[in-house]
Amino acid sequence: MRRCLTAACLLAAAFPLPLFAHDGGSAAGLLSGLYHPISGLDHVLAMVAVGIWGAQLGPPAMWVLPVTFPVVMAFGGMLGLLGLQLPGAELGIGLSALLLGLMVALEKRPDFRAAAALVGFFAIFHGYAHGTELPEGQNGLAYSIGFVVSTGTLHAAGIGLGLAHRWDWGKSALRVAGFGIALAGVWFTLSALAP
Amino acid sequence: MIPIRLNAHLVSTGLGPLFDGVGHLVVTPEDLLPVIALALLAGLGGKAYGRRVLFVLPAAWLAGGLIGLAVGWSAPFATTVLSFLVLGSLVAADRPFDETVGAGLAVALGVVHGQMNGVEMAQAGIGLTGLLGTVAALSVTVSLVAGLVVSLQQAWTRIAVRVVGSWIVAVGLLYVGWTFGGR
Repeated sequence: MRRCLTAACLLAAAFPLPLFAHDGGSAAGLLSGLYHPISGLDHVLAMVAVGIWGAQLGPPAMWVLPVTFPVVMAFGGMLGLLGLQLPGAELGIGLSALLLGLMVALEKRPDFRAAAALVGFFAIFHGYAHGTELPEGQNGLAYSIGFVVSTGTLHAAGIGLGLAHRWDWGKSALRVAGFGIALAGVWFTLSALAP
Repeated sequence: MIPIRLNAHLVSTGLGPLFDGVGHLVVTPEDLLPVIALALLAGLGGKAYGRRVLFVLPAAWLAGGLIGLAVGWSAPFATTVLSFLVLGSLVAADRPFDETVGAGLAVALGVVHGQMNGVEMAQAGIGLTGLLGTVAALSVTVSLVAGLVVSLQQAWTRIAVRVVGSWIVAVGLLYVGWTFGGR
């Protein structure tokens, strides 16, 4: 096995494949898209809160919420990219962390359609903010793929954390985490309201 | 008003037109994502639908490609976005549908995207051989992805496929904004 690997490495070194001329642009767009959702704490906390809340609610909300959020968020992103106006986006983002954190902290269990509507409502603000911030000149499709995958991974991380809900200590830990997210949401909201 | 796909640079592997065609599918998400979406849909639809798509899509793609090679004209960009939105939504919804309609989707996707490929291959000078490489690559992709989805047994794995469908819709929406917003 080791000999095969050594031979393969030697072959690869001896006969390198040519680089694709436009790979740098696509790769840069993909990496930029992957990085953008995790570059802001407000977005990260809201995404993780969606995942945790979904896990607390259990099926079908556990997968309805992470399906709803990226689609509606992308719709908001599309509005931002098209240059349409959506007032109060930063305030909506702050309130999303506050309310979603409270939902986690208080283990609120509304009908899953109401939960999806709440999550979808806030997703528009997140998407819009990102849409207006997206850098020009990137490979749009590669960026979009990275952006959506990164956001979905944050949800998955939230669901993974939310699975601790099956244990008593986990329930307590998630509620504390929810309060923490809500407190951060207060700060984001006040920052958005500040002149 | 209606942007078209950029055809300026087709991938060059240095291994000849056949592998350039294979590489084209792999590094062109405009084609690859709808193909994956259809393969996911085919897998969700069961073995019979999966087999039908496995044969219908490559045949339609080849037919569309030949038309593109001959005519030198392809559909506008908006059709690519439609592929993302329609196929991604169907995967995310995971509702039962008539197999004839499903086969029609495979024909539509194959003809439209194949025609775009045909034009691109003609411009890049790799012609029919490159087109055959792309068709071979998408045949392998569809068989692997659809076969994987058909084999899924646990409920959560089917949900994971639906989540991927929603991601494809989301990518399509962002791409609409990106392109029509003039970025």
